Order: sequence, then structure tokens, then C-alpha cells
Amino acid sequence: MIIRTRKSSDIPSSEITPESVYINRRKFLGASAGLGAAAFLSRDAAASPISTRQDDEPNTWEEITTHNNFYEFGLDKKDPSRNAHRLVTKPWTVKVDGLCKNPGDYQLEDFIKPSTIEDRIYRFRCVEAWSMVIPWRGFPLADVVNRAEPDPSARYVAFETLWDPEQMTERRWKPRIGWPYREGLRLDEAVHPLSLLVNGLYGKELPNQNGAPLRVIVPWKYGFKSIKSIVRMTFTEEEPPTTWATQSPGEYGFYSNVNPDVSHPRWSQATEKRIDGSKFFGHRRIDTLFLNGYADEVAHLYEGMDLQKYF
Amino acid sequence: MANPRRRILLLKCAIWLTGLGPIVWLAVGFFRGTLGVLPVDTIILVEGRWTLVFLLATLAVTPIRRLTGWNRIIQLRRLLGLFAFFHACVHFLAYAGIDQLFAIGYIIEDVLDRRYITAGFAALLLLIPLAVTSTKGWIRRLGKRWVKLHRLVYVAASLGVLHFYWKVRADTFWPLVAALTLAGLFAVRLAYRRRRLGGRATSSR
Ligand code: HEM
Repeated sequence: MIIRTRKSSDIPSSEITPESVYINRRKFLGASAGLGAAAFLSRDAAASPISTRQDDEPNTWEEITTHNNFYEFGLDKKDPSRNAHRLVTKPWTVKVDGLCKNPGDYQLEDFIKPSTIEDRIYRFRCVEAWSMVIPWRGFPLADVVNRAEPDPSARYVAFETLWDPEQMTERRWKPRIGWPYREGLRLDEAVHPLSLLVNGLYGKELPNQNGAPLRVIVPWKYGFKSIKSIVRMTFTEEEPPTTWATQSPGEYGFYSNVNPDVSHPRWSQATEKRIDGSKFFGHRRIDTLFLNGYADEVAHLYEGMDLQKYF
Repeated sequence: MANPRRRILLLKCAIWLTGLGPIVWLAVGFFRGTLGVLPVDTIILVEGRWTLVFLLATLAVTPIRRLTGWNRIIQLRRLLGLFAFFHACVHFLAYAGIDQLFAIGYIIEDVLDRRYITAGFAALLLLIPLAVTSTKGWIRRLGKRWVKLHRLVYVAASLGVLHFYWKVRADTFWPLVAALTLAGLFAVRLAYRRRRLGGRATSSR
């Protein structure tokens, strides 16, 4: 079987969506800053005759902000957009701890200020087999990791989402999920140039339902790895426990790299519903790309690993 | 008090309204664009829920009759059952058609490999003979065997609940509510049956 892999830089920036008009298009980078930019821009002209919502055109603000999995605010896709306004994001502190030289409680502003903010369009593939294309605004996760100066023994970084039942909706009884929500990355994944800390969307402030004020985006992994509303980063030596992998170890692994050849036990991952506002049903079915189309950039991280085993 | 026939008629109207309501709601929402960003998911979920509601309502008829002694309620059962089947078909067609685009290969793979789809599909298959034989003619033709055949609705409902339970990712609240409801309905039947058998034993003393 031929696995169609595309360079992430293939995302055309030519289709102007209403929200994107505001921005210098040069800043839309499909791949890591600098890496794919040149090729990407030259492709621009060639891609321009493509009609509406072809390939990887960014989703609309409306689509991105009304279809969210953020269980702390309810289980239906629309719940977070209805309930997340209760989240207080100012002031916001992020605790950095674990195996590093510069632990501490950082004010969000101090966290962000030293970095250069960029806009990047990434594919976003949910483990539930739907996908979008999202113009994030943020900065390399590597910046923050490097500033913390992890000890040589640190091999992972764990993240935690805010858990505050007062602001969040805990309906009925507590779902089986143990809050706070936790995620983690291997350190080499975290410092990869594609990995972002995101605080904006379409050049605007990140909406609460999308994980304000600060979230991770790791575009080659299923969406749940990209943890929202972070309050804590911990450097560890051992693989940290993560929410979904703890909840159903047979269904969700620590790595959770997008992989069309590894089915979720309850559904196939070979294809996905790309939400694109198309006629009638608003989506089209497309093949899922290995590592969500970012294989050229990140496949080397997993060289020699059995991806069926480390799913 | 309305006369008994009128009461049944009113209830039948209510069932028709409730049965067609979700379809109207979905159709209106579809054209107004209020079904969310992935309307197909909304359609599947809404129709799955109504299938279950109608299945459980169908199963509730006999227990209610036993508990209240209101025998005429039995006249509602066929309509409730057919609406369960109807919503199951819409639910399935939304999945097979809109979600999977009738890609038979993928659908077969799902039915064989994914246990929650296997359970749902088995439930749907079981409902087909029940819907077909729900007419007066078939009831007459099958006689006692009809009653036996239609006990399959318990199996179908159990599979439907299992399908629901296996499908949810985090919040098992509603699947458990459905399971408890099913168990409750079953318990009423069993209790009644036991009492009837016990009653017979007493009277023959
Ligand atoms: C009597 C038969 C059935 C019943 C009672 C039933 C019931 C349900 C219920 C209650 C849900 C969950 C709705 C929710 O999450 O609130 C559901 C979801 C679903 N069902 Fe069924 N179902 C039946 C048959 C089928 C069949 C035959 C198929 C396909 C072959 C199917 C495919 C699905 C799918 C794909 C979902 C949605 C999963 C998701 O999006 O997470 N169901 N069903």
C-alpha cells in the first residue's frame, strides 16, 4: 500500500479566508519556521487557481471555535463554546518544576514575552477521525523548555490543565476521567521546531474553548496530546502518566502519533472527515496521512521504534 | 375522563409527533445550519438516542400494563416498536451513507472488527424480522410463535444498550441509565411471571 505523504509545507496559503485577510501571508508557515517557507511560498502561485476549500485551506473561526473537545466544559462538541466563557484566564500562572535548573511560578506574560510570536497553519487531526486546518499563533515550545534548562536526566516533559470545578462544568457525577487533565511529550518531541505553545488563533487572542490562555500544539499527534489551558510543566525522567492512556490503555498510547495504519480499537484511522464547510454535510472524507503529513519533519524521531507497539 | 378509545387515539398522536419530531428537528436544523460543524455526527447521535428511547418505550408497555392493569395500552406497542425500527434505520443510514459514504469495505470491517458496531448491527438485524411480522396478518399466521419471536426485542434492546456502553469514551452515565431501565423493565416482567406461576400453585392447593 502506498502511503501518501506530503510535506507539511504543502499547505497552500493562497486561499484567503475572511479571517486571514488581516495578516501578512508570509507569516503563514505550514512547517517549521524557515524550513519549508521558501518552497511553500513559491508553491503559492501554482496553487492559487484552486477553488474554495480545497486541500488544506484553513477552517473558519466559527468551525474552529464551536467544535471542541474540552471535557472540563462538557462532553458535547458545542459545550465548550457555550461554557468556557467562565474560565478566568487573567491573571494566569504556569508552574515549572521537576528536573530543571529554573523552576518557579511564571506569570503568563513573562512566559511569552521573550519569544517571537509567529502564525502557523497546521493540520489538526482528532483521534475521533475528524480534522481541520488551523492558523495558530504562538511560539516554539522549545523556547520555554530551553529557558527552564532541563537537567541531563530529564527525558520527558509533563503538562497539566487547570482543574477548577468552580469555573468548569462538572455535570452529574464525575466522569471516570481523573482531573486534572495530563499530557506529556518526550523531550526531543517537545523541542522539535513544529511543537508550539499557542496563545492565539487567526491572529487574535485564543478563545477559551480552544485552550486559552496557553496550550500546546503538536501537529503530528492526535489532538488530545495538544493539551489546553496549561498551568504546569514538569520535567521528568520517567514517562509521565497521561489522562487518556491511563483511562483506556488499550485505546490510547503515550505517543498517539497520527498513523493511518494503526486503528483505534473502535474505529479505523485510515481516513478522516475533513471539516470543510462543503455542500450538504460540511465535510469530505480524505486519507489520513502518516504523522498527519509531517513525516518529513518528524519521522526521524521514531526511527527504529515499532509504531504498532508504541502507538 | 376521556373515553378509553379517545385516550388511545390521543396517545397515538403523541407517539407520531414524538416519533417524527426528531426527524423534523434534524431537517430544520440541517437547513438552518444549526446541527454543528459536523452535522452527520449530530444526526447519528440524535437518532441513536431516539432508537434507544423507542426500544425502551416498546418494552415498557407490558410492564406498565401489568402494574396498572390498563390493558388497552397494548395497542400502542406496535407503533412504538416501528418507530424504534425507523430511527434505527435512519441512524444506520446516516452512519453508512453520510459518514462512511457507503464504502462497503469499511462498513464490513467496522461490523466485524469493532465490537460496538457489531452489537449495534446485530440489534438492527434482529429488529428487521420483528418489524416485518408486526402486522395483524403475521400475528395471526404465527400464533404462539409470534410471541416467542418477539421476545427477541429484549435481545435487540440489550445489544443496543451494550452498543451504547461500548461506544462512549468517558461518561457512562446515560448508558448506565439505559441499562438500569432495561433491567428494571425486565425485573417487572419476571416478578409478574413468578407471581403468576406462584398464584397458580396456590390456587391448585
Ligand atoms: C437497535 C440498534 C441501535 C441502537 C439502539 C443504537 C443506539 C445508539 C446510541 C444510543 C448511540 C450513542 C448516542 C450518544 O452518544 O448519545 C449510538 C451511537 C452510534 N451508533 Fe448506534 N445504535 C443502533 C444501531 C447501530 C448500527 C446498526 C450502527 C452501524 C452499523 C450504529 C452505529 C453507531 C455509530 C457510528 C455511533 C456514533 C459513535 C460516535 O460518533 O461516537 N448503531 N447508537
